[in-house]
Amino acid sequence: MTREEKRKSFLEGIRGGLPIGLGYFPVSFTLGIMSISEGLNWWEATMISLFNMTSAGQFSGLTIMAAGGTLIEMALNQFVINLRYALMSITLSQKVDDSITGGWRFLAAFSNTDEIFAMGMARERPVDRWFWEGLSIPPILGWTLGTAFGALLGSVLPQRLLDAFGIAIYGMFVAIIIPQARKSRAALFTLLLGAALSCCFYYVPLLSRVPAGFSVIICAVAAACLAALLFPVRDEEKGGCA
Amino acid sequence: MSFPRYLAYLLTMAGVTYLVRAVPLVLIRKKITNVFLKSFLAYIPIAVLSAMTFPGILYSTGSMGSALVGTLGAIILSYLGANLPVVASVACVLVYVTGFFL
Repeated sequence: MTREEKRKSFLEGIRGGLPIGLGYFPVSFTLGIMSISEGLNWWEATMISLFNMTSAGQFSGLTIMAAGGTLIEMALNQFVINLRYALMSITLSQKVDDSITGGWRFLAAFSNTDEIFAMGMARERPVDRWFWEGLSIPPILGWTLGTAFGALLGSVLPQRLLDAFGIAIYGMFVAIIIPQARKSRAALFTLLLGAALSCCFYYVPLLSRVPAGFSVIICAVAAACLAALLFPVRDEEKGGCA
Repeated sequence: MSFPRYLAYLLTMAGVTYLVRAVPLVLIRKKITNVFLKSFLAYIPIAVLSAMTFPGILYSTGSMGSALVGTLGAIILSYLGANLPVVASVACVLVYVTGFFL
């Protein structure tokens, strides 16, 4: 890659990452408020966001901290809730080009969040190092700063406003999956099946006892398996999100 | 919470989360050629996100009514092609405004 191409790739990444960073802000803002009410100070809250980069995992981890759980419990909880990232990393390993090898893979793994991953996979071309860096920087900033602001300012905002922030992360998810489902029937099928299975785990009495970290994995694996059987992807070039 | 206790929690959380992400990415170097496996991996992103979104989105705001309005708004907007921050912020605004009528 020439210098110019690297620069272009990086900027393309930044353009993709900016909306994610903006979308993260209100979500991690909520996390900051929650951290304060659990007895952490603002920079302790901010460090958690900087080093974890995961919404569901951090929310759950905070509850364990607040309850004074053991470290084993924390480790197991984080492992299960975040196990979906292992699936994403396997998928990402097929999408990266030769510029992300060796040590770069250790670095790239850090920012493999749901949204950065989804955006990377939505790219037509393979993911190179510069694109991934550009894609990662705004979300890391948005996530970390959002937590700091939430921790510092949260107590002065009215509850109604905080409730409204709660839907932000889901709004992002919707904005990522709906356009794909519009373009491809296979994606629509996967979306509906994943959602239906997930509802079962919410509302069916015995299933609702399965911890959220596990149920997400079960639903995703089942939906993706069935979609793969019914709509096999043969196109070499496309890869990525069908 | 004492600082050493906090630090132990932080390192456990961050360490486990990082390893879950890093180990597969570092270890898998070959291109997967199996059609089923390739297809499975292609559908994983949307499968994970849809399972995380539904029905969780309906319980994200403290009232099912406002969440429903926000959800429908988000779905319609993203169907029409609005980008990510627009969809997320409009959903928040809809929830906020609906909150006044509930």
